[in-house]
Amino acid sequence: MPTAAHTTTVQTPTLCDHCGEICPKHDIVAESGKHFCCEGCKTVFELLQQNNLCHYYLLNEHPGISRNTENDMQPSYWASLDQPEISRRWIQYDDGKRAQTTLFLPQIHCSSCWWLLENLYRLNEGILSSRVNFETKEIFIAFDPKRVTLRGVVETLVKLGYEPLLDAAPTDTTKDSAAYRSRLRKIGVAGFCFANIMMMSLPEYLAIKDAVEPSIAMVLRSLIVLLSLPVLLYSASEFFISAWNGLKNRYLNIDAPIALALIITFARSIYEIYQQTGNGYFDSFAGIVFFMLIGRWLQARTQTRISFDRDYRSFFPIAVQVVRNGQTIATPIEQVRTNDLIQVRSQELIPVDALLVKGNAEIDYSFVSGETLPVNVTQGGLIYAGGKQLGGLIELVVVKEVAQSYLTNLWNNAATGHAPSAKANFLDIVAQYFTLVVLGLGLAAGAYWWWQGQNSLVWTVMTTVLIVACPCTLLLAATYTNGNILRILGLNGLYLRSADIIEKINGLTHLVFDKTGTLTRSRQATVRYEGVALNAEERRCVAAVLNQSQHPLSRAVAEHLQAKTSDIVVRDYRETLGQGIAAWVEEQSVKIGSWQFVGATAPKVSSNTLSVAIDGVVRGYFVVSNAYRSGLEDLFVRLRQKFSLALLSGDNAAEMPAIRTLLGQAADIRFDQKPDDKLNYITQLQDQQQAQVMMVGDGLNDAAALKRSNVGIAVADGANAFTPASDGVMAADRLNQLAALIGFAQAGRKIILFSFMISFAYNAIGLSFALQGKLSPVVAAILMPCSAISVVLLTYGLTQYLARRYGLAISV
Amino acid sequence: MIVIALLLLISIGIAAGFLAAFLWGVKDGQFDDVDSPAKRILLDEQKNKQL
Repeated sequence: MPTAAHTTTVQTPTLCDHCGEICPKHDIVAESGKHFCCEGCKTVFELLQQNNLCHYYLLNEHPGISRNTENDMQPSYWASLDQPEISRRWIQYDDGKRAQTTLFLPQIHCSSCWWLLENLYRLNEGILSSRVNFETKEIFIAFDPKRVTLRGVVETLVKLGYEPLLDAAPTDTTKDSAAYRSRLRKIGVAGFCFANIMMMSLPEYLAIKDAVEPSIAMVLRSLIVLLSLPVLLYSASEFFISAWNGLKNRYLNIDAPIALALIITFARSIYEIYQQTGNGYFDSFAGIVFFMLIGRWLQARTQTRISFDRDYRSFFPIAVQVVRNGQTIATPIEQVRTNDLIQVRSQELIPVDALLVKGNAEIDYSFVSGETLPVNVTQGGLIYAGGKQLGGLIELVVVKEVAQSYLTNLWNNAATGHAPSAKANFLDIVAQYFTLVVLGLGLAAGAYWWWQGQNSLVWTVMTTVLIVACPCTLLLAATYTNGNILRILGLNGLYLRSADIIEKINGLTHLVFDKTGTLTRSRQATVRYEGVALNAEERRCVAAVLNQSQHPLSRAVAEHLQAKTSDIVVRDYRETLGQGIAAWVEEQSVKIGSWQFVGATAPKVSSNTLSVAIDGVVRGYFVVSNAYRSGLEDLFVRLRQKFSLALLSGDNAAEMPAIRTLLGQAADIRFDQKPDDKLNYITQLQDQQQAQVMMVGDGLNDAAALKRSNVGIAVADGANAFTPASDGVMAADRLNQLAALIGFAQAGRKIILFSFMISFAYNAIGLSFALQGKLSPVVAAILMPCSAISVVLLTYGLTQYLARRYGLAISV
Repeated sequence: MIVIALLLLISIGIAAGFLAAFLWGVKDGQFDDVDSPAKRILLDEQKNKQL
């Protein structure tokens, strides 16, 4: 046992047998000899043991979800699910015997989770069956509504550490999945038609069409035309629709030349069949549509698993306790009206702007403003939506409903202030020039042959030029490259909303960071002690007193002390809000708090401090500073070389020196920034310096800035899936890779350019045939798959190579 | 030679059968989650062993 706070003995830490976190020195040991970091983990273990579910621990090492959180909801929190009008939102089906629900469990991370969640029926006999969708982290549960309610199901999950994320506004995934299925169907149809058309064109490829009887040739041709119709009318429809929408807005996108080429190919082929001069280019036509659809599907595939459009309501509880006629009723938050009296318990979020009428409010606004220290509100004071109550039970009178609250306004402001519309898509710009050049070439070639007097060739040449110059290889190159880049970024913890974001990353000039929760770990701090050393007994006493308090500084120091306090009796505990705490422990008076409260001299550091006095003698102070994520030094050294950096924090300036060394002298560092300030800062950068800004943030306080910035990246801490709306979501533990990820995304541009050159080369070969009027269907049928397949392989190989060069993972 | 036309129709018919099976699978949600079933089968086996 160390005698002074600053000497520590080196020992290998014991890991919790449930969740794998480092156990405190006084860990909890179960009868079975297992070690646990907290009571919560032990409870889960015992529950699984009783139900013979310990197989959970065999599949993976430490699979559990840490139960050592302060965020645990009160048991009563889920009571609101007993009300049918609330629970109905999550019950998709109920016939009295069998009910079905789908819940989002962000904590799902390994096969143990999976196994346990699919064996829920062994824990709760009301649960009939459960299925996990690992990719979307959803669980589908069928239960018997006579034996268990939705609340019971949810509570079973919570007991195991899988707390479902119940959005007040459940996201509608049916639309996404309908689009996904429709695309798959189109690919299936195109593939079927493509393969069969190729088969029937075989006589023509082999130049044995004279050996085929005219009647059979007739059958073949009719079948080819029949098979090409679904491709034109169904599979390729999205190209026509997109091209038409572009044209309506006087804008040529990549789909315009593709649609043109498709139509001309089809018309020309029909003409050839009608004239009985050949079988046309139906095979190339169907094949191109098939390959392009696959490219689009690959590009969209990686984006389905994460919800980027979380509404402010996702952050709120589903219901609040409203007091009416002396009774508390759980009420959905949209139905809370002005002047309602509501009750908020410890650790609950306040969803409305309200006046405090009863109790002591200690409000943690860290989520809304980024401030780490809670704010004390006295009776009659106004509390804004988004704050979290740390003290005991309070009663509030609603001033503004959810729809009008400060937070909602903030959100709506941001929604209207969208990022300046980005430059036109690179692919579309290329497509515009491409279309013009090709049209010009076709006309010129036609004119040339007409001038030569070869009138029969004019029509042939003009159409074949348009057919062969279809920029489908360009589209293939871009979609396959982007698809693979998105996939690799996802493997490395950065999930982008769409392929357009890769393009925006290319032009970035400024990076703006948030501090709390982004660069620092929320709810973790580094603590050091200065002053007269405390002995072991004193440390225990101090820890015992601190354990009574919910204040983040108290919690941080208590955690740092790691003393066993369960056998210490604390008497006469008094908490002066915003000042400090005092109590009697074993005939000693302990006072902890600000230096004014304790009666000490002001500490000589700028960080947050907590002074300690025992029996009226000032002993020293704890310095509590932020715990930064690992690997940030290297990250910023690399980022500094390429971008202008800035940091906007809602917190006080206590961390200034640490931040300055981290970000460098050139960086713009600002503290005490309100959400509006952050938004304005980004707007100014964009307006005055034409900057392309990436904002990296986490909380609601960054939401406006994230939306306004060109690329807004929300940092998510592991299981905690609360992220504001953004262009991308990044796993917090991968933040140190940000420089490599940006570099890789930018290098993707080079791959696309390179593959464009390859496809131009193919187009040039095709054109050289077409201009002479010699492009036969066989040449087209050879050229098309060759170019498609080589471009796909090339982009795949290059992205894999680049990812490896940037030190990124390329497989699971 | 009419037999060739017949063969053609049969082959297209078979291929159309597979296409129909694919479309049915898509409609049924078979392709909505392509990872889970592959892992689920492994877990089931281990569960049986334990029981």
